[in-house]
Amino acid sequence: MLEIHDLQKSFGDLHVLKGIDLNIQKGDVVAVLGSSGSGKTTLLRCINFLEHADAGTMTFDGQRVALDRITHAQIHALRRRTGFVFQNYNLFANKTALQNVTEGLIIARKMDKHQAETIARAALDKVGMGDRCDHYPSQLSGGQQQRVAIARAIAYDPEILYFDEPTSALDPELTGEVLTVIRRLADEGRTMLVVTHEMDFARHVANRVVFMDAGVIVEQSDAEAFFTNPQQPRTREFLQNYKQRSFT
Amino acid sequence: MTERLAQILADSFFKILIPGITVTIPLTVLSFSIALVIAVAVALVQFAQVPVLTKLARLYIWIIRGTPILVQLFVVFYGLPGVGILIEPFPAAVLVFSINEGAYGAETIRAALESVPKGQLEAGQCVGMTYMQIMRRIILPQALRTAFPTLANSLIAMVKDTSLAANITVTEMFMTTQRIVARTYEPLALYLEVGLVYLLFCTVLTRVQAWGEKMLNRRGAQRS
Repeated sequence: MLEIHDLQKSFGDLHVLKGIDLNIQKGDVVAVLGSSGSGKTTLLRCINFLEHADAGTMTFDGQRVALDRITHAQIHALRRRTGFVFQNYNLFANKTALQNVTEGLIIARKMDKHQAETIARAALDKVGMGDRCDHYPSQLSGGQQQRVAIARAIAYDPEILYFDEPTSALDPELTGEVLTVIRRLADEGRTMLVVTHEMDFARHVANRVVFMDAGVIVEQSDAEAFFTNPQQPRTREFLQNYKQRSFT
Repeated sequence: MTERLAQILADSFFKILIPGITVTIPLTVLSFSIALVIAVAVALVQFAQVPVLTKLARLYIWIIRGTPILVQLFVVFYGLPGVGILIEPFPAAVLVFSINEGAYGAETIRAALESVPKGQLEAGQCVGMTYMQIMRRIILPQALRTAFPTLANSLIAMVKDTSLAANITVTEMFMTTQRIVARTYEPLALYLEVGLVYLLFCTVLTRVQAWGEKMLNRRGAQRS
C-alpha cells in the first residue's frame, strides 16, 4: 500500500538519505533499525512531509506523487490518511488528554464535538488512558503522554501509522507500557512503520526489519531471519554490538 | 501641613482623578488594545517568515524602538500638519502610543511564540490541521500565556507614559496637575499627589496581573 522509490535527502552538504526504496504491504509491521545518524528518523519525516525530500516518488494506495514537487493539497490529503507518533510525544500543552485527541477530529475533520468525544474516549480507553481524559500533558508521566499521543494518532483510523522512536525518551519501566500498546495495535492488523532501538520489540512484534546505515538500506528481511541469519557484514556487526551491550 | 495646603490637596484630588478616569485610562486601554493587535500580527508575520512582510516588520521595530516616544509624539502632532495631515491631540496620542507599544509587544510575543516547542506544530500538521488552525488554537494561546506577565508590565508602563501626551496638549492627569500648580504654587504637594494617583492605578493593575496569572495557571497546567 506504500511504496517509496529512490528517496534522496540532503541537509546542506550532508547527504542523509541516498536513495531509499521501501515497500510496505497492508498489515505489515516494519521495524526500521540502525545506529544513530543512519537516517532512520529523517526517512520517516520525509515520508510524512515533515522534511522536504530532494528527490524520489511515493505511491500511496495506488496514487503516485513526486516527493520533491508535491503540493500542499497533496500533503494535506495524504496526512489525513496517516498517523504519526513522535519520540517526544508533542502533545498540545494547552489541551487536556481528551482535547488532544478531539482537536484533529473537530478542527481538521469537521466532526461534531459529541461524536469526536465518543471516538476520543474509545481511543484513550484502548491505550489505557480512559481515566486520564481531563489531565493536561504536564500532569502525565512520559509513558502516559506517549499513550495519549498514540490515541491521538489512531483516533481517525489512519491507514498507516508511523512511529519515530516512540520509547527513546522513556525510562525502561515506562517503555514497557508503551510497547504493550503498540504490540496490541500490531495484533489488530494495523499497518505500521516503526523506527526503534528496541531489538526485542523488532524481533517479536515486527514481521519485517529494515536495517539502515549511512543513509542507505543495508538489509531488509523477515524479522526472524534478520536476527538469526543476517546476510550483510554491517548487519552482523550491528547485531554483535547489540548482543555485547545486553550482557547476556 | 497648613490648612490651606490641605484644602488645596483635597480640592485638587478629584480634579486630578477625573481626567485620570476620562482621559488617562481610555488613552491607555485604547492604545494598548490596538497595540496588541499590531503586536500579534507583526509577531506572526515574523514567526511564519512571510517573505517581504518580515523585512517590513523588522524595519518597523527598528525605527520605533530606536526613537524616543516624545519625538514620535512631536512628529505626529507638530510635524505632520506641515504636510497637511492634522490630527486631534487625543487620536494623535492613541496613534503614537499604539504604534510604539506595538513594536515592543511584537518582540515580546515573537519570543513567546518561539518558546512553544516546534514539535506541537508538527503534531498539529500530522493530525491534518492547517498552519493557521494550529497557530490559532495551539501555538498562540500558549505564547500569550507566556507573554502575559511581560505584556502586563508594558501596560503598567504605558499608564505612566501617557503623561507624555501632555506635551501635545492632551489634558490628561499630568497636564491637569500642571495647571493647578500654576494657579496654587504648590508644586511639591501636587506633583506628589498626582504621583500617588498613578501609583493607585498601577497598584490596581498589578493586582489584576496577579489574578490573571492565577487564572491562566488554573485553566491550563504549565508547560511540561
